Amino acid sequence: MSGPDPGDTGEVGDLMGGFRARRKGGVTARFAPTQAGLIRSLVSQVGELIADQAGPGGAGRGPGDAGPGNPLDDVAALFGSTGPAAPPDDPVLARLLPDAYRDDTEAAGEFRRFTEQELRSGKVAAAQTVLDTLPPDGGRIELTEEDAQVWLRALNDVRLVLGVRLDITEDTAQRSQDLDPADPRAAYLWVYDWLTYLQETLVRALW
Amino acid sequence: MSVAPAEVERPEVREEAVPDTPWVTIVWNDPVNLMSYVTYVFQQVFGYPRRKAEKLMLDVHHKGKAVVSAGTRESMERDVAVLHGYGLWATVSHDK
Repeated sequence: MSGPDPGDTGEVGDLMGGFRARRKGGVTARFAPTQAGLIRSLVSQVGELIADQAGPGGAGRGPGDAGPGNPLDDVAALFGSTGPAAPPDDPVLARLLPDAYRDDTEAAGEFRRFTEQELRSGKVAAAQTVLDTLPPDGGRIELTEEDAQVWLRALNDVRLVLGVRLDITEDTAQRSQDLDPADPRAAYLWVYDWLTYLQETLVRALW
Repeated sequence: MSVAPAEVERPEVREEAVPDTPWVTIVWNDPVNLMSYVTYVFQQVFGYPRRKAEKLMLDVHHKGKAVVSAGTRESMERDVAVLHGYGLWATVSHDK
């Protein structure tokens, strides 16, 4: 039961609605062009971040290389602020590709050697699924349950990246209310909060 | 942990197949993953009913971590790999 298309400038209420379950299965959501562009940009940059440094045995993670290739520089540019270029071995990748053993470096290394490539390709593929199913100019999209679950993982990866970059803690929600709107972090936090909302509606639409 | 007395006629059972102390998968709390999402992932990955998944999620949230599965080392590594795919912070541990 979909109503008439309100067009690209559609009502805010609809655009803030996030995901909804479809009666025939799967989920649906509507995105304004700017929203679609933002999601596509973030997802593809996270995908590139993960794919870029996929060297054999973790090679290429040394210092240096802090050049124009840093994916989140583009996100910074998107909001008119720039941050320092992160080193290739930054904590973002450590969070996306965590150790499987806490106090056993040897076992953790062994596990990583055999699984990291697959973990990376899974995350890159999830990013690609979002790009394949979300048109650059937005509009109403319909996702199968399978694709919706992939979206969940891709959105989560973006939030994990932002979470590390923004130093999100349990009490960030309160702090973001008090931030000066001129603070560059305010824009990032707004995006983070929006993605949180989006992911929450997607989980509930799938339940 | 006690070990069963050796039996002479025991057939060639590989030791790894029947561990006498189980390995476990631990999920750690983090400030980004949503409570609803973590619950949903536990349901999807382990097939746990929602109530059990929610209880585990709350344990992670309030106690900082929870054991979400137990078994052989190999199966725990599989679980951890899947959970990493979902972005959860999971580790393998030997349950002593």
